[in-house]
Amino acid sequence: MSDTARRERFEQTVLPHLDAAYNLARWLTRNDQDAQDVTQEACLRAFRFFDGYQGGNMRSWLLTILRNTCYTWLHQNRRADSIEEFNEEIHSSQISGSADPEIQVLASADKETLNRALEDLPDMFREALVLREMEGMSYQEIADVTSVSLGTVMSRLARARTRLRQSLSVELSRGY
Amino acid sequence: MSCELTQRFIPGYMDGELDLVRTIEMEMHVKRCAACAQKLENQRELRAALWRSSLAYAAPAVLRDRIQSSLRVSSGVGIQERPFKSPSLPIWQWAGAVAVLALFSLTGWQLTARHSRDQRIAGEVFSSHVRSLEANHLMDVVSTDQHTVKPWFDAKLDFSPPVEDLANNGFPLVGGRLDYLEGREVAALVYQRREHMINVFVWPNPTGSKAAQAIESRQGYNIMRWSHGGFQCWAVSDVAPSDLAEFVRLLETYNSSESN
Repeated sequence: MSDTARRERFEQTVLPHLDAAYNLARWLTRNDQDAQDVTQEACLRAFRFFDGYQGGNMRSWLLTILRNTCYTWLHQNRRADSIEEFNEEIHSSQISGSADPEIQVLASADKETLNRALEDLPDMFREALVLREMEGMSYQEIADVTSVSLGTVMSRLARARTRLRQSLSVELSRGY
Repeated sequence: MSCELTQRFIPGYMDGELDLVRTIEMEMHVKRCAACAQKLENQRELRAALWRSSLAYAAPAVLRDRIQSSLRVSSGVGIQERPFKSPSLPIWQWAGAVAVLALFSLTGWQLTARHSRDQRIAGEVFSSHVRSLEANHLMDVVSTDQHTVKPWFDAKLDFSPPVEDLANNGFPLVGGRLDYLEGREVAALVYQRREHMINVFVWPNPTGSKAAQAIESRQGYNIMRWSHGGFQCWAVSDVAPSDLAEFVRLLETYNSSESN
């Protein structure tokens, strides 16, 4: 295949998933400029390894590369804070027996509050939720992209949702 | 189905990941059980809140442009497909030009092939270097210890590149990463000279040793190549040409003392 044909094929098959790639990068880096750099780097890597792509789910393939690039980048440029494990006791004690008012809390959550709550989740929870709720990926696809088992995907999603609801409750009860 | 089991399956139910039997059991249970129905409703409300806010980011147009133009650079299109004006020559002048070209290519084709291959690799080396600095993707393994970096490569590549730390000579090894040149995976060793980075690309090349040679400099970066001990090596950096030559000489010396 000529260079041009190869590049055109890449652009046709891979670039339609650019939004998904940028979205994941944006949520993992929590910053537009960094997300752009990481996405560009990941696309170039994907281009270099394009000949090794065996067919199958292109979006998963691209997101896997994106995610690896992202974590390498985070590891080199960032903070230990996102790697810090969630402390169930500390965080859970902040809310007192959340029951039915939760619905109202969620119903009144605005975009900014949700954004903040999602950004505060640990990376592995945040990425699972982003892939599930924004990209609509199946558990199997998420397992492929994040290189964990189906069981781990399920438990991460469950914990991510629980944590998100908890921090929304805390956040919103503070304001009212 | 018990409440405990039901609540454990709520996420799978919402995500459409339960099999048919469990799905039906779930639905029957939440019809009868207010507590579980409430939990399901909470989860649904969370999802609705996420969807309502449309939190997904779309890639900025400028990023798409940036990627497309860097794809052109890395597939060499920017260089090869430069449009040219066809000169309006009479036919006999064309014939003459073709004859001269044919003569050139007969005598010099081997030289040209060699030369253009070097040029092509130099182009790839140059863009890999720039990319490694721009996108903060300099290293996959960060270590100043050659005994960490070398096994890391050994586990990832089908060859075992020579890894030397030249810290005592003012060129500390800072890490390594996998890169892709000439259609194959290569080792990229990263050295530092004060504030400057040096990338050394190494891959097998059984065609014997070849003394170091400066290939070219472009946009302030210098590129050198050499072959030794069955490996082809390319170094690229923005350090002064004399520093790069010194660095390459040191590497050659170390590598030959090791292989002897």
